[in-house]
Amino acid sequence: MSPRNPSPPAHDVFIAGVSLTKAGEHWQTSLRELAFEAVRLAQIDAGGLVPQALYVANAFAPILSHQIQLGALIADFSGLRGIEAVTVEAAGASGGMALRQAFLALMSGQLETAMVLGVEKMTDKIGPAVLSALATTTDADHEAVHGITPAAQAALLMQRYLYEYEAPSNALAGFSINSHANAVTNPNAIFQRALSEEAYTKAAMVCEPLNIMDAAPSVDGAAAVLLARRSVLPSESETPRVRILGSASATSALALHDQPDILTFTAAAESAHAAYAQSGLKAKDIDVFELHDQFSIFSALSLEAAGFAEKGQGWRLAHDGQIGLQGRIPITTFGGSTARGDSGGATGVYQLAEVVLQLQKRADKNQVMDTKIGMAQCLGGIGSTACTHILGRE
Amino acid sequence: MEVSRHWRLKKQRYALEGEVCPHCHAKIFPPRDVCPDCGLDARTLYQFSGRGEVYSFAKVQDAPEAHSEQSPYTVALIRLEEGPLVTAQLTDIGDQPLEVGSPVEMVTRKLRSDGERGMLVYGYKFRPLLRPSI
Repeated sequence: MSPRNPSPPAHDVFIAGVSLTKAGEHWQTSLRELAFEAVRLAQIDAGGLVPQALYVANAFAPILSHQIQLGALIADFSGLRGIEAVTVEAAGASGGMALRQAFLALMSGQLETAMVLGVEKMTDKIGPAVLSALATTTDADHEAVHGITPAAQAALLMQRYLYEYEAPSNALAGFSINSHANAVTNPNAIFQRALSEEAYTKAAMVCEPLNIMDAAPSVDGAAAVLLARRSVLPSESETPRVRILGSASATSALALHDQPDILTFTAAAESAHAAYAQSGLKAKDIDVFELHDQFSIFSALSLEAAGFAEKGQGWRLAHDGQIGLQGRIPITTFGGSTARGDSGGATGVYQLAEVVLQLQKRADKNQVMDTKIGMAQCLGGIGSTACTHILGRE
Repeated sequence: MEVSRHWRLKKQRYALEGEVCPHCHAKIFPPRDVCPDCGLDARTLYQFSGRGEVYSFAKVQDAPEAHSEQSPYTVALIRLEEGPLVTAQLTDIGDQPLEVGSPVEMVTRKLRSDGERGMLVYGYKFRPLLRPSI
């Protein structure tokens, strides 16, 4: 096993509370107000538990809001002035990485509670300015300078995937259709409308062969997860307890051209398999998988990396209807980035909170039956950073 | 303006100068001083030919600020004949249908512009390989 992710001792880090706010275009709400709302709701969900530290997952505030040092800003604005607070940034993997830093802090014994807050304010700028910010997740000297954006990277992946595996041009349609179907009943999703195969086929191109339905919208959003050691959990709770069973991350090259094989998400595979090893579980044990569908091709490659499909076969799971709420491996059960909306560094926290709702049977109309084990995986860029968590219901 | 940032990359941007690993002979572009194949020190300069073929390509309709005036444009991964993949724009495509595997060659063009008073950044793009007329 990778020395970067050794098995930790038996641990007792629990999710004491979660919060999800509506992903969308919040013209009237600032970065700090979005953050406060998620912090407040997570504290309420945790029965008023006060965190000893705040880990902020955010990627784009330095560019889009001209704001750094979010730790101090948000702790102060959220009524938590004085506590330890810091930002964790790994592009789209920020949310998972922030949870992992909080988990490590609790495991070290230095802290007993920690708030993980994902927040992103994407809509204060529009169009090319947002694309310029998003493009900073690519290699500035060797990709962005050539006009590469995240959508362009995904389109290059998609083109090669369809070519190499001789898949039909609509091979990835099922991912977008599934995410939109699940978002219909998610009040926090920006798109609450189903998508037909015909509408997918007619969708405008963003970066041919990638169309607008293959790409997630960039939206404002905030979500939070409050972690606690068993010793400080409230003795009584109406909801089942959810524990972190596995936590792992890995990296690969930043640039697409520097990957040994662009069609293998190596960091996603390494972090998933390290998380499996820690928890003593396998892919077949996972009841729900919140993967990072910033682009439809990411869903196919993530399913392959985590062991749910052979290389080159991930797209067939969507084509064969195996990823729905009643499918063999339900993914993006609240709409994912595609239809709930992608809030940059906050996305990973949305995923984790959604897995917790699934495990606690609080997913309402999006509930997957018999969920005991859930997995969340978020990616920075084209899987350059990957962070995987496996959660289990007690 | 970031003048020094672009100036220090001029050899790779204008002349496709990379490195060769003295241990396993892997050709390296962009240069990175540590061989991605064997992990050993690799600082020997190497001049790439500029020839290669299209590994993947995509047409960018939504461009970021510095590339808005070029939109739409086609980006590609090029498999250089010496081995490495490189990211670049394709240019001078005309009406020719693009395919994975199409032979291309390097040319020097304007990569981006930072407004009326900003820098113009030049560097490599790739065009369909010109064949001598028979």
